[in-house]
Amino acid sequence: MSSVQVATTVPAAYRRKRVHWQRIALHVFLTGLALLWLVPVAWTFYIALRPVGETETSGYFSIAQTLSFQNFIDAWNQGSMGQSFLNTALITGIAVPLTLFISSMLGYVFSRFSFRANLLLLMMFTAGNLLPPQVIIVPLYRIYLLLPLPPPLSEFGHWYDTYFGVIVINTVFQTGFCTFVLSNYMKTISKELTEAAVVDGASLWTTYRKVILPLTRPALAALAVLEFTFIYNDFFWALILMNHSDKRPITSALNQLSGGFFTNYNLFAAAAFIVAVPTVVLYLLLSKQFVRGLTLGSTKA
Amino acid sequence: MAGVNAPIVTAPSGSQPGGAVRTRKRRYSLLTAQDRIVLALMVGIPTILCLGLIWFPTVLSFLLSFTDWQGVTGITAKNLVGLENYNYLFTGYPFFWPAVWHNLLWLLVFVFIATPIGIFLAVLLDREIRGTRLYQSAFFIPVVLSLALIGFIWQLMYAPDGLINSILGRTNDPIDFLGNPSINIWAVLVAASWRHAGYVMVLYLAGLKSVDPTLREAAALDGANARQTFFRVVFPVMRPINVVIVVVTVIESLRAFDIVYIINQGKNGLELLSVLITNASIGEANLLGFGSAIAVVLLVISLVPIVTFLVRTTREDGS
Repeated sequence: MSSVQVATTVPAAYRRKRVHWQRIALHVFLTGLALLWLVPVAWTFYIALRPVGETETSGYFSIAQTLSFQNFIDAWNQGSMGQSFLNTALITGIAVPLTLFISSMLGYVFSRFSFRANLLLLMMFTAGNLLPPQVIIVPLYRIYLLLPLPPPLSEFGHWYDTYFGVIVINTVFQTGFCTFVLSNYMKTISKELTEAAVVDGASLWTTYRKVILPLTRPALAALAVLEFTFIYNDFFWALILMNHSDKRPITSALNQLSGGFFTNYNLFAAAAFIVAVPTVVLYLLLSKQFVRGLTLGSTKA
Repeated sequence: MAGVNAPIVTAPSGSQPGGAVRTRKRRYSLLTAQDRIVLALMVGIPTILCLGLIWFPTVLSFLLSFTDWQGVTGITAKNLVGLENYNYLFTGYPFFWPAVWHNLLWLLVFVFIATPIGIFLAVLLDREIRGTRLYQSAFFIPVVLSLALIGFIWQLMYAPDGLINSILGRTNDPIDFLGNPSINIWAVLVAASWRHAGYVMVLYLAGLKSVDPTLREAAALDGANARQTFFRVVFPVMRPINVVIVVVTVIESLRAFDIVYIINQGKNGLELLSVLITNASIGEANLLGFGSAIAVVLLVISLVPIVTFLVRTTREDGS
């Protein structure tokens, strides 16, 4: 083991045969483990590709005779997954930019001004983000039934069972994490820059908009990817704060799909695979942003 | 780049009292009336939302826990029952202690199995090896899936004629991994660890990359082997990231909900505090006061990692 670690600093060690074999052993081990790690996803995909008739006769653990995408089409249609994905698009499409907008303003204030309350406020937002959502759900559920909301946004006149309500709670909950990350990021931007802008007569808003925001773009991009995943993956809020299943986003809709497809594992698997595709593809395309977003904050929670 | 250590250094600096006062005065004088309105809106609106939708309900949960309110009629003084909810919770409610045990088990498995696996993977991958990105992707894929979806996917693994029973050759006499209350929590923990290990790996890998390479060189020159270098040199300097990982691990085990809810609504061996709250007050029953009492218990436990994290973050200020 020892020489592998040393190898990075002592090139001569590479020439040793022992190191060579250790490298191979390491690759074999990692490859085996990586394949093992992918088994649940691969198994899901394999079941999804096989017609239910065939797996009923020969079992799931068998060589496939036919492979087709029919299950994906059936799951999509029977589970009304199109509608659920539209709901997800609406919720993430508004909640993600809104979260970043609010957090960037808070981060700006917390990083540029030394008000006495700043620390307290930052702690309030961060702690709110770390709280298990179930701690507040009982009163929140009641509050949502009481808070008024006019007709175009709500059929029944309150926040409960509306896209609006789910967007707001996701945004408020995620603001803590993003503010934490952004205010730290903005602290690395030189104070002279904003001070110079102020001396030149720029207003507070202009300084935020024209000086700070452009320089924060890398962090915002990383957070956008991450927040999309977090809100896409939210199960709890829409499950509890919505009543009509046709309004629920895709992750919360899994709860109904789970019951609906219980007798047909092939459809079940196809639905699971479809739900996994957006975040996995996003990760494979933008893995750098993902990792940067996580490590900028080093705490998702 | 701000790097991993950046978030640990937070809090607006107010360490030099004289300078801070002067700066503040100058800043104020530069703010126009319009600036002040913008500033108030920038901070005010999110603060009101956060207070109103997170902290106000937290206080309400606490207050409701002393009542027997069921939400049907208005709440009056008659609904006050003192500590009765807590009394029943600790001594009479059959699911409370199992739920506490399951949450604790979750934490123990994460701390002693999933997190070390993640750290181990990070240490293995933190070398000049070919294809490291591919390995990382494989281990990270579960992290981008929701826990609800993970519960969904692992039902296929654990099904009577699923992969695991097939490999064990038990399809005729299948092991009921998710239905048997004495083993299902373990089956779920395997699935949850599958995700958590990848999460820890990524956090730790970023931490390892930020370790000054000269430290390792010095250790190597002094004759330390890989294990000694890691435990005596690298691990100690990673203290900030270690704290973050501990906090993330504890919080994730307290928040666990989706995966058991999707499998069986958190019953029959899969009780967790988070699920008891939901089931008591929103699901099948309307015991808002009782549900709130469970919520207060979860809140008090959650405050331990939250306060630890906040204290650490603020103490590092200025260093």
